[in-house]
Amino acid sequence: MVLTETITDQEIRLHFEIEQFLYREADLLDDRKYEAWLGLFTEDARYWMPMRRNVSSEELEHEFTAERHEMAWFDETKGTLVDRVKQIRTGVHWAEEPFSRISHVVSNVRILEAGAEEVRVRCRFIVYRNRMVEEQSLFVGSRIDTLRRAGRSWQIARREIYLDQSVMLSKNFTNFF
Amino acid sequence: MVAIDRTMQKLVDRNEGTVSREIFCNQDVYDQEMQRVFLRSWLFVGHESQVPKPGDFVLSRMGEEAVIVTRDKQNRVHVLLNSCRHRGNKLCLHDRGKSKSFTCSFHGWSYDSTGALVALPYHDGGYSEMAKEKWGLASARVETFEGSIWATWDKTAPSFVDYLGGSELYLRTQLLGTDGSEDGAEVLGGLVKWRLGCNWKVPCPDVDRSHGWMTHKSLSDAFGVGPTGFPVRRGEGGGQRAYAGSPRTYCVAFPEGHTMGVTIPSDDDPNWGDAGVWADKPVIREYLREKYEIRKRRLGTMASLSVGPAIFPNEGWLGRVIRIMHPQGPLSTEIWTYFFVDRDAPQEVKDALSFYYERWYGPGGMTQQDDMENWYNLTIASKGPMARTLDLNYQMRLSEPPIHGPSRFGLPGLFTPLYSDENHRRFYQRWAEFMEAKDWDELSVRESAK
Repeated sequence: MVLTETITDQEIRLHFEIEQFLYREADLLDDRKYEAWLGLFTEDARYWMPMRRNVSSEELEHEFTAERHEMAWFDETKGTLVDRVKQIRTGVHWAEEPFSRISHVVSNVRILEAGAEEVRVRCRFIVYRNRMVEEQSLFVGSRIDTLRRAGRSWQIARREIYLDQSVMLSKNFTNFF
Repeated sequence: MVAIDRTMQKLVDRNEGTVSREIFCNQDVYDQEMQRVFLRSWLFVGHESQVPKPGDFVLSRMGEEAVIVTRDKQNRVHVLLNSCRHRGNKLCLHDRGKSKSFTCSFHGWSYDSTGALVALPYHDGGYSEMAKEKWGLASARVETFEGSIWATWDKTAPSFVDYLGGSELYLRTQLLGTDGSEDGAEVLGGLVKWRLGCNWKVPCPDVDRSHGWMTHKSLSDAFGVGPTGFPVRRGEGGGQRAYAGSPRTYCVAFPEGHTMGVTIPSDDDPNWGDAGVWADKPVIREYLREKYEIRKRRLGTMASLSVGPAIFPNEGWLGRVIRIMHPQGPLSTEIWTYFFVDRDAPQEVKDALSFYYERWYGPGGMTQQDDMENWYNLTIASKGPMARTLDLNYQMRLSEPPIHGPSRFGLPGLFTPLYSDENHRRFYQRWAEFMEAKDWDELSVRESAK
């Protein structure tokens, strides 16, 4: 949504709808309702989290690793996300047994493009993970989601996750973003 | 010696098959190993495909310290300590790039890609008496080996090939292209780097085959696959038997401290080319099969030799992936992971391989996540004063003498069955030798297991 002098009711309605969708999604994750969370993704969904480098300001095009052709922290399809949930549900995935305590804070929600069927929306995330006793991880960054209209709600067709770290400072990613 | 009342040889008791937990958490031990192990060993710093052209550079590490890997105008590779000789500032601030020179952001001392000090701007003649040639960057000894780049600070260390001892054959094998070509491999863009709360040695010795069935149980339970995505063999004996691997796979160690799993060649190996993993990806399977036919013509029987050589001290392999355990204090490690593909492979094959690597390896990998959980938790549970008094057990097949490599292939190394702690015992024994030896005269291995 571009801030203009007149914001239409339709724009406000769309913004509210998208925000509520993202908040509900965060709740599903933090409540460990992973199967319901998977239901929010389209069958052709892509979930991509590139790595970042410290590069010269003249070479910013190389800051992020290239999609598909270079390594990424995550490059998932709906199928591999389903696999990850299946692994967590075995009860012997030690990296999440017992479960971590995770909170997703989603903020700075801004609609970049609104089409008839799809919207592109940017937000910031703060993901806090506390594991066992003293282990803490803090993941901060931004997301660009492409949401596709699905009946009266939305589905995630594409998620780009941009973490504000170069060397990952936690021992593993057992959480979703 | 350390602030604890034991010598290095007692901290690592080869005869008892025990290792003290102090070597994984004691600050004094750590400070000493940074000097005695990391200043004297040959260390992996990268691959030539990361610096293909003159002027290219990439940041790397040797132990705790950052180094710049450069390629100069004459096409030679240099490994330079990333610390300005003037006031010690960090010199190169970028992970990679292209630059003829490196200029310090403090007073502007400037060095070329060989490390020579080439410019001292705005000093008003104040350095006219200074011998600039003495103030170049610290430059390590460098050797390249089948495209991989190794460096050491020790001028008295043996050549890299002598350092490898009999494991040269295995490291060479691992760095070849799938078709057996000598410069056929390249590193995929994007090194996976992350921090982990355990001592650098914990992930080092290879192979620890007995952990897989338990640590990675979630993979076999959920998908019927092992740690690298291969379908597990469901045989008698249940889960543990499922991870037994090929009956042709052995633990192989060298007196130089290098440890690895070796699958000896076979004329008929249906699993070669990752057939099990690529069952539903015909493009990849066909590519690998075609390249493997060329490999067979090039290498003969040895085409199907399969290895994962962990070169002492901190290099190791998982499939076609190198991981380096950089020490970051006694209780912390920064792991760097390099993913290899065939340089000339079609983009579709490279993309499928990076997708595959992302599945299993690194901090998001469905396999390695669980390794890291254990390595972290064993650190937490071992650093207390009572825990430190209890030595760790490396006694599996303690009294079984190593068998020599199957003579049909003339393979070097000390072979033990796959389920054995002999590789770990060899690794820690070598570590103790490094910690006690005064110099490379004492460290030289008289007779390698060639």
